[in-house]
Amino acid sequence: MSNAIPPQFIFLLGGLLIPLFRGWVRTAYMLFLPVLAFYNYLLLEEGTYWTATVLGFDLIFGRVDRLSLIFLNVFIVITFIGIIYNSHVRSRLEHFSAFLYSGSALGVILAGDLITFFVFWELLTVGASFLLLVRKTAESLGAAVRYTLVHVLGGLVLLAGIILHIQQTGSTGFGQIGLNGLPSYLIFFGFGLNCAWPLLHSWLTDTYPESTVGGIVFMATFTTKTAIYALLRGFPGEPSLVWIGTAMATFPIFYAVIENDLRRVLAYSLINQVGFMVVGIGIGTGLAMNGSAAHVYSDILFKGLLFMAVGAVLYRTGKTKATELGGLFRSMPFTGICCIVGAASISAFPLFSGFASKSIIMSAAAEGHFTIIWLLLLFASAGVFHHAGIKIPFFAFFSHDSGIRVKEAPWNMRIAMGLAALACIAIGTFPHQTIYPLLPFEAPVYEPYTFAHVMAQSLLLIFSALAFTLLLLGGIYPSEIRSVNIDSDWLYRRGGRYFYRIFDRSLNGINAMAHKTFVAGLTGALAGFATAGPARLANLLLGGYWILTGKNAHQRDRLRTAVRINLEKGALPLGLAALVAVVILGMLFFI
Amino acid sequence: MSDSSHRPKAAKVVIALLFAACAIGFLIDFLFLSPSFDKHAVFEWENWPGFYAVFGFVACVLLVLVAKYVLRPLVMRDEDYYE
Repeated sequence: MSNAIPPQFIFLLGGLLIPLFRGWVRTAYMLFLPVLAFYNYLLLEEGTYWTATVLGFDLIFGRVDRLSLIFLNVFIVITFIGIIYNSHVRSRLEHFSAFLYSGSALGVILAGDLITFFVFWELLTVGASFLLLVRKTAESLGAAVRYTLVHVLGGLVLLAGIILHIQQTGSTGFGQIGLNGLPSYLIFFGFGLNCAWPLLHSWLTDTYPESTVGGIVFMATFTTKTAIYALLRGFPGEPSLVWIGTAMATFPIFYAVIENDLRRVLAYSLINQVGFMVVGIGIGTGLAMNGSAAHVYSDILFKGLLFMAVGAVLYRTGKTKATELGGLFRSMPFTGICCIVGAASISAFPLFSGFASKSIIMSAAAEGHFTIIWLLLLFASAGVFHHAGIKIPFFAFFSHDSGIRVKEAPWNMRIAMGLAALACIAIGTFPHQTIYPLLPFEAPVYEPYTFAHVMAQSLLLIFSALAFTLLLLGGIYPSEIRSVNIDSDWLYRRGGRYFYRIFDRSLNGINAMAHKTFVAGLTGALAGFATAGPARLANLLLGGYWILTGKNAHQRDRLRTAVRINLEKGALPLGLAALVAVVILGMLFFI
Repeated sequence: MSDSSHRPKAAKVVIALLFAACAIGFLIDFLFLSPSFDKHAVFEWENWPGFYAVFGFVACVLLVLVAKYVLRPLVMRDEDYYE
């Protein structure tokens, strides 16, 4: 229905008014915005709304179909939860940035043409960079700069692709693009960078752990999930995505096992979960892509929940490193339970949300006979339980007692975590009443709760837990060490330094050599020649004349000095100057 | 952690429950399901008794060993490496 207010503008314009309010009024106002957005989401019917023509281009701010609707739904829900979680924060800039960020994400989802899409896509980067900047530590400042630079690079590649694509097709419409020719590869790369593809992923694991306690809830949601939306829209069934997604699902779990910072462990597992979604898009059947969309919905909630739980620990203790934490369950039992619910959901335990969504992708991979992919994804499923499902709650809330005694998380954080935890259980237990009706593509109804499936998943997980326990008891489990694990961000964090050094040595070497040869050497020689040259030439020529006219050695020396001084200073008697000129002209004539 | 006398009672209970769950799960899979029950399996190995249990266990052991003995020596640096 077209008399709905565009939800993205509710966030973007509504966010501008936040500084006008203070205290509980501001919290109430900020909570009102997602409620208003959700009300307008409910008013929306499929169709195209809110169009404008700018410079001859048709801009579409409201392309509403089932695919955009499910993303709108979950984005507004997590914004509501994130605002409750973050409502104790005083920084107006942080709240504004969160609304800028989520409003841009809604704008991307609703954009019906590539130009509108690109503008909101870039605004996402602005919002996220602000959310990094507001933490105001040296680390977060560096992270914000690196985040911005990487995304500007991706954005420029995307822009180049979009311009070429529009020129080639003559249409600004954003529909299925498919991989054919340079423009589509550039667009594909631009999407892939935000999607955190392998080797393009390190902006995520590098910067997310530097964000604020609450900001990370938004960050974990919008950038990667809008990229999933873009891939679902532009490249459904692109075969290479199957392998890209499988790589994403598998390699980060190895990093997650040895990583010490718990928020960075979660960042690696975020890539792992997004990998499952990418595989679903690559398979491209209705069932598989429904699985991706369903997993977007449940992942946003359980990953948000896990980041909120670890964030609450950070808020109370100031620490996120496994080496410094442990034994917090007595101090923060509610947070601990919420963390366990999130862990069970990401691990896809029956009755928790991951079970209802990830299984669809696994099932679609099996039906498509992607045998190796299926085995690797099963490995990743066991691995995610290992590193996110057990490691996060274990090292924060149990393990050895760190001796830290703190208060339970503030009430607003508890409400937000409680809501997310309830949503995870509701989705996992009643998928047919919650997310399945929202799924966008035509496919047979999926039933996760068969006896064989529940048994299979439970066996996989409890034996993973058995492996963890035995490795830990046997002292084989890698002890947490305060360390940094280098990843592809090395390329621009340390590699940049080497790049600088190489070019410092080579280019500055060339510069120094050029200086020595041309500035100090050749110019000096030329200048010397220009001043002393005429005098020498004149003395050479006049020497013979003076001998012929019978001047003695003493007189000749005096004359020679006089000529040199006069010539160097350009102060010659007129006759002598005329003589030199005649001599030179004579030489020129003979040459 | 490996000294069992210092481990709290709750942890012992959890570990005992986990062992029990593993044993029971494995038994159910082995005795009741595998020979006759139709698992709607796509791949043949899904019907092997204990496939998921063995896979889960082996996968995690491999994951930890590779992460500890292959990846960590390659990528681990001091905490102030980037500063």
